[in-house]
Amino acid sequence: MTEVENKLPAETPLSPKKRAIIVGASSGIGAALAHRLADEGFLVALLARRAEMLEKLTNEINSKHGETRAINYIHDVTDYESVPELLKKIISDLGGLDTFVYNAGISVMVGLKKYDFEKDRQTFDVNLNGALAWLNPVAELFQNLKSGQIVGVSSVAGERGRVGNPSYNVSKAALTCYLEALRNRLTRYGVNVLTVKPGPVETDMIKDVDGVLFPISAEQAAGDIFNAMRKRKQEVYTSARWRWIMLVVRNIPSFIFRKMTF
Amino acid sequence: MKKLTLSHLGNFSHSLNAAVYHIQPRFVEEIADIFVFARKNDLKIAPRGAGRSYNDAALKGGGIVLDLSLLSCVQAWDAEKGILRAEAGLTLEKLWQYILPDGWWPPVVSGTMKTTLGGCLGMNIHGKNNFKMGTVGENILEFDAILPNGKEVTCSPKKNSKLFYAMISGMGMLGVFTSVTMQMKRVYSGLVNVKEWNVPNLAGQLDALLDGAPENDYIVGWLDGTSRGKALGRGQMHAANYLAKDEDPDPAETMRVDFQTLPDTFFGVVPKSKLHYLMSLGLNNLGVQAVNTAKYLVGRDKNYKQPHAAFHFLLDYVPDWEKSYGKQGLIQYQSFLPKETALDAWTEMLKLSQRRKLPTYLGVTKRHRPDKFLISHALDGFSLAFDFKITNNNRAKLSEMVQEFDKIVLDAGGRFYFAKNSETAPETARQYLGDETIKTFRKLKERYDPKNLLYSDLYERVFAPLN
Repeated sequence: MTEVENKLPAETPLSPKKRAIIVGASSGIGAALAHRLADEGFLVALLARRAEMLEKLTNEINSKHGETRAINYIHDVTDYESVPELLKKIISDLGGLDTFVYNAGISVMVGLKKYDFEKDRQTFDVNLNGALAWLNPVAELFQNLKSGQIVGVSSVAGERGRVGNPSYNVSKAALTCYLEALRNRLTRYGVNVLTVKPGPVETDMIKDVDGVLFPISAEQAAGDIFNAMRKRKQEVYTSARWRWIMLVVRNIPSFIFRKMTF
Repeated sequence: MKKLTLSHLGNFSHSLNAAVYHIQPRFVEEIADIFVFARKNDLKIAPRGAGRSYNDAALKGGGIVLDLSLLSCVQAWDAEKGILRAEAGLTLEKLWQYILPDGWWPPVVSGTMKTTLGGCLGMNIHGKNNFKMGTVGENILEFDAILPNGKEVTCSPKKNSKLFYAMISGMGMLGVFTSVTMQMKRVYSGLVNVKEWNVPNLAGQLDALLDGAPENDYIVGWLDGTSRGKALGRGQMHAANYLAKDEDPDPAETMRVDFQTLPDTFFGVVPKSKLHYLMSLGLNNLGVQAVNTAKYLVGRDKNYKQPHAAFHFLLDYVPDWEKSYGKQGLIQYQSFLPKETALDAWTEMLKLSQRRKLPTYLGVTKRHRPDKFLISHALDGFSLAFDFKITNNNRAKLSEMVQEFDKIVLDAGGRFYFAKNSETAPETARQYLGDETIKTFRKLKERYDPKNLLYSDLYERVFAPLN
C-alpha cells in the first residue's frame, strides 16, 4: 500500500485516538476483536501469517468505516528476532501505542496415547515463546511510558493438566503465570495487564473437535474482552460461566481427575 | 547513539500526549547525525523548541522529537547596533534579560517569554505590535540552518531569499535553525506607558484597535465571551508606548532584570505557583461569566507605567495557567479577519458559541498587517483568539462548532495560525493559503526534504494530504 492510501486518520485534541496491536489477528477471536476495536474508534495494527485472510479482514474493516482504521503486517510469531524492529515500525506507523493484544495460539493434538516432542515444541514456540518475544519489548515500552494495556489471550485449558493436550495446557498455564508476573511488575507503572481465559470459542481451533461444552461465537468473546479492557480488569473468562465451571474443575481431586478422559 | 526509548511528551495546552523518541542534542554537530540515524531507522522527525504550541506542531507520535532547547548560547551581541546572534534554542526570556540592561528589547515577542527563537521563527510569531513591527521574521537579519540532507545553509532576505521566506513560517518542515541574527529595538527605559479603557461591545473593540494602532506602539484587547445582546464582545483595551529618551529619570534602575521580574505571590499572599489550582475552580461557564462581568464593571480608564515583562508576558503571570483548564486541557482557536468582514463574522461566532453553551473563557483581539512569508496568517485586519476548555462531554460539540467557525472565517476571507489551531482541515488550509502557496511549499519540500524526514504530526495532518 502506498503512504496515502494507507493514511490513518489524524489525532487532534477534539478527536483523540487509541491505538492497538493485535498479534494473531487473521481469524477467530483476533479477527473479531479487530472488528470490535475498530468499531470503538481504535486504530489497529493487525499481525498474522496468513496474508490473504489478513488483507481481507483489513479491507472489511476499512470499508465498513469509510476510512483507514486497520493496517496489517505479515508476521510469523516464531520469527522472534524480527520483533523489536517490527514493533518500532508499527508504533511509528500508528503514531503511538495504547493497547497490545497477544492472541496468537495453536493447538497441535498429539492423540491420547501418543507423545511427540516436535509437536509440543511447535505449540510452545507459538503460544509461549512468541508471546515472550513480544511481551518483553512491549512491557518495557509501557513501563517507560507509565501507561498502556496488555491483553494476553490465554485459556481455561491452562488451569489443569489434562489427558487430551498436555503441551497446550502447559503453554497456557505458563502464559497465564507470565501475565500475572507482568501484572505484578507493571501495575505500579500504571499499566493494566488483562489475562483472557476463553472456554470453547467457535474458531478454526475447535472446528474438528466433537462435543465441546458451551461454545460461544468469536464476536461474543471479543465483546467480553472489550468490556474487560474498558473496565481495566485483570482477568476475564469468556463466556463468564467458565469462571464457575473452572472453579469446580480446579477443585476436582486428583484421584478422580486421573480417571477422566477429557 | 545510545538506545532510544519512547516517552510521553505533550503539547502546551495538555490536549495531546504522544509517545515519542525525545532527543535533546547538546551540540549543533549532533543534528546532522540525528538526521542520518532517523533515516536509517525509518523514523520521522518533528523539531521542537519550548513546546509552547497549542496543537501537534512539535510532536511526532512514534517518531523523533528533536528538542533544540539545550542549544541556547548567545553567540554575539553588539550593544551599539542592537544586533544579536544566538543559537535557536535561546528563549525570549533569556534574550530580553541579556539585552535589556544595555537598553534594547526584542522587536517582537509572544505572549509568553518561554518560547525559543527557533520556535518563533518556525511559526513566525507576532506580538501586540504586529501592525507596526510585523512578525518576528521581518526583524531577522540572517539565520543558519541545517537542511534534511545535512547541509548547512545561511539565509537572509537577500541570500537564499526563497528559503528565508519559507523556512520562517515553515513550521520546521524545511530545516532546523541553528543560529539566528536579529535586530533589536532601542528602548530608553525598562518601563512602558500603559493606557487601559473599557469598550462596550465588539464594534467598539475593533474601532479601538483600528484607531489605536497608529498612535500606539502596542495595542491588545481582552474580550468577554459571555456578554450578550448590545454588550456582545465588550472588553478592555490595553495600549502601551515606549518611553521617550530622558523620560525615565533612572533608566539604569528600571532596565535591571530584577526590576522586571514578575512577583511570585498573588496579592502578596497566594504563591503564584499554586494559583492555577484556585483558578481551576472558576473555569466553568458560570464562574467565567461572574469573573468577566466583575472585571468589566470595575474597569476604569487608567494610565500607568509598567515594566516591559509585566506588560508583554501576561501569560507568564500565572505559572502553569494552562493546567487550570483541567486534565483534558484546552484548545485555542484564533482567526484572522480582514477589517471589513471581522465585525459580522465574529458577531456570528460569538452568538453561535453562546447558543451552544460553549462560551470562550478568554478572548483576545489584536491588530495585524500582511507579511511576505510563505505560510502567513496575517492580513490587514484583526485577530481574535478564543480559549475553550475541553471536557469529555463537550468534545463532539466543540468539534462541530469549530468546524462551523472555520466555514464562517473562510467565507469572510480569513486566515488561521498553525501554532494555535488544532483542528484545521487540509482543505481549509488550501482554501486560505491558496493553491499557489501550497505548490511552492510542496516544491521546496520536495527539493530539500524529498523523503519527508521532517514530518511533524501537524504536517502529516494538514499538509501531507494536500500533496
